[in-house]
Amino acid sequence: MIIFEARNVSKQYGSTLALNNLSISVPKQSIYGLLGPNGAGKTTLIRIINQITGPDSGELLLEGRKLRQDDIYEIGYLPEERGLYKKMKVGEQALYFARLKGISKAEAMKRLRYWFKKLEMTDWWNKKVEELSKGMAQKVQFVTTVLHEPKLIILDEPFTGFDPVNASIIKNEILFLRDRGATILLSTHDMASVEELCDNITLIDHGMSMLEGKVDEIRRAWAGNEYSVTFEGNIRVPENGNFQILHTDNEDNKTTVKIKCLKDISTNEILSELMKSGNIIAFNPALPSMNDIFIRVVKSKSGMPVN
Amino acid sequence: MKVMSKISVIIEREYITRVRKKSFIIMTILAPVLLALFIVVPSLIMMNQDTEMKKIAVVEDGTDLFKNAIPNIKNTEFVYLGNVKLEEIKNNFEQAGYYGILYISPEVIHVPEAVQLISRKQPPILLLEHIENSLEKEIERQKLLSYKIENLDEIMKNVRTRVSVQTIKIDESGNVKETSTGVAMVLAYITSFVMYFLVFVFGAQVMRGVIEEKTSRVVEVIISSVKPIQLMMGKIIGLALVGLTQFLIWIILTFAIITAVKSALIPEQKITEAVQSIPQDIMSQNAAAAMQTTTVTTTEPVQASEFIKIFNSALNQPWGLIIFCFIYYFITGYLLYASVFAAVGSAVDNETDTQQFMLPITLPVILGLFVAMSTMQNPESSMAFWFSIIPFTSPIVMMARIPFGVPLWEIALSMFLMAVTFIIFVWMSAKIYRTGILMYGKKSSWKEIWKWLTYKG
Repeated sequence: MIIFEARNVSKQYGSTLALNNLSISVPKQSIYGLLGPNGAGKTTLIRIINQITGPDSGELLLEGRKLRQDDIYEIGYLPEERGLYKKMKVGEQALYFARLKGISKAEAMKRLRYWFKKLEMTDWWNKKVEELSKGMAQKVQFVTTVLHEPKLIILDEPFTGFDPVNASIIKNEILFLRDRGATILLSTHDMASVEELCDNITLIDHGMSMLEGKVDEIRRAWAGNEYSVTFEGNIRVPENGNFQILHTDNEDNKTTVKIKCLKDISTNEILSELMKSGNIIAFNPALPSMNDIFIRVVKSKSGMPVN
Repeated sequence: MKVMSKISVIIEREYITRVRKKSFIIMTILAPVLLALFIVVPSLIMMNQDTEMKKIAVVEDGTDLFKNAIPNIKNTEFVYLGNVKLEEIKNNFEQAGYYGILYISPEVIHVPEAVQLISRKQPPILLLEHIENSLEKEIERQKLLSYKIENLDEIMKNVRTRVSVQTIKIDESGNVKETSTGVAMVLAYITSFVMYFLVFVFGAQVMRGVIEEKTSRVVEVIISSVKPIQLMMGKIIGLALVGLTQFLIWIILTFAIITAVKSALIPEQKITEAVQSIPQDIMSQNAAAAMQTTTVTTTEPVQASEFIKIFNSALNQPWGLIIFCFIYYFITGYLLYASVFAAVGSAVDNETDTQQFMLPITLPVILGLFVAMSTMQNPESSMAFWFSIIPFTSPIVMMARIPFGVPLWEIALSMFLMAVTFIIFVWMSAKIYRTGILMYGKKSSWKEIWKWLTYKG
């Protein structure tokens, strides 16, 4: 089921076209990655979803119907530029944001106690934000983002500023929130976390969608005719006219080679040729990292797999 | 959740965080204390001066023209030394216990400067006035005597007259009201000053608040929960309440302190004199008390009737109209300026960048205050008329004019123009604000702001 959909959304700022006929659809209870180089239009899209600005044209649908003004209570938003009132106390501030999202004081207090305990922030309640470190303030802001239990959580670069320990705590919370039923729209440049967390992605460049789909499928598609083959023992695999060895790795009495097919032949044929060289224990398409795909898409200005 | 309850959450935050600030608490308490000191200390000093008994020797070089011509006044005794020459006492009057010597030369009848007061210290101005008045009267009397008119004393009694112009305002239907220009001036001064204070000081605070939210990037989180216009209005209203709270506390505290000091230190009779030194403006409410300034020098029964007159006049002010206009001009004027301030705050990245936009805003406010001050001298001038019609200055200038009486059509026109201008400006400011708060690092200029005004949605 699709929880959120943007259809042919365009937005122009002066002479720059920030979004050009962009469409995305986010399945319910999934983690959706919004990728793209700086200035691609991600923040504009996020602001449009948050109704901070309106699109010039196009449609936005939440749960199949048009996005309404009071749908903002169903959305939680962590902006890239974190912002808290520096002179205000942590607890008061969290309470204030919760009340702006329409939660009663008593209910907000209950939920804040739960989250502050869970993320080990209880001591911070009476501290001013300016007394906190950047990572601590980030945690506070993360809590305020999810406190009203939104259906759709939008996180813009949620991991920057966190040490590895806290980053993994936040990753676990994101997975926890998804399992509890929320849908997460994640904008990030950290491709490792995209592979780790995201079910689907859209890659935006120049306001257009360049690449869209399930992370696994994209990686498989971009694998093209490259394979990773592991043999028993330390051996040398000879090249032939059908494939080329890109890379050989001897380790733990195993040999892993990355090959690239030069002709359009079936995997069985390659396998039978490879079997001559030794005992095969693994044969996989060589999945490119999201990082590679990102760079290749942005450089080639095309979302088609190129080899 | 309803729009209003969200604005009220914002108002609550703006109000509480500001009212709890140390600087607010200090200013709120300190200002009335200083004000009270400013009022009480001079009167205490005056009292202390008065307790010193002065003896002044009156010397005439034996002509005996002005024997007992100068009556004693409080704390000052005039001792007539008929047989003493000036030279004899000139250098030793202090040892003899005199504050000074008043030397009256016989030529005084023709030469006004032929009187000298010799003393070690600078004599108080009131003492000099008393001497001059007494001598003038005595010389007049002696000159009249030289005409040898019969029953002169009786004639003089009959002739003595006192005039006090009673100002009566009459409206078209012929209703007559006693008024006092003094009361009108005090009222005009207070209302226009409060207006200026609230509009300017708290309008500027709105701007600072907007800049704070923009630079700390809180604004993006908030406007994902509320509309920018709600945030802007919440801030503007919250600050208006802070301003009104502060003003109210100032008035109450000032009165409390003055009343306490008055009852503790100053005996009843002297308070009327002390009041003289009060700058009329501040001690607002009690217009009647401040107005005694004009009456202190007159005699007792006159003072009482004067008091009643002022009291009547204060009652006769068109209070309903004044209060209505004050509320109307305060709301529209404050909203107009505060929203423009908010727009400026949203357009810049930090406070130093506000310079280029500040002058066009502060100019009309300051101009308004100047015109309001001169309006009190001449409420009918065409300058007063135009500045009370033109929005931007009308809230301040019109409030200064109303106590003197303004034709209803002028008020209606001024209010109408104000309403139109305020709606246009709040609308434009909201548009600039909405775009400006999310713009970073762009050099904001008038041209850029004009572009923001034309953005859609």
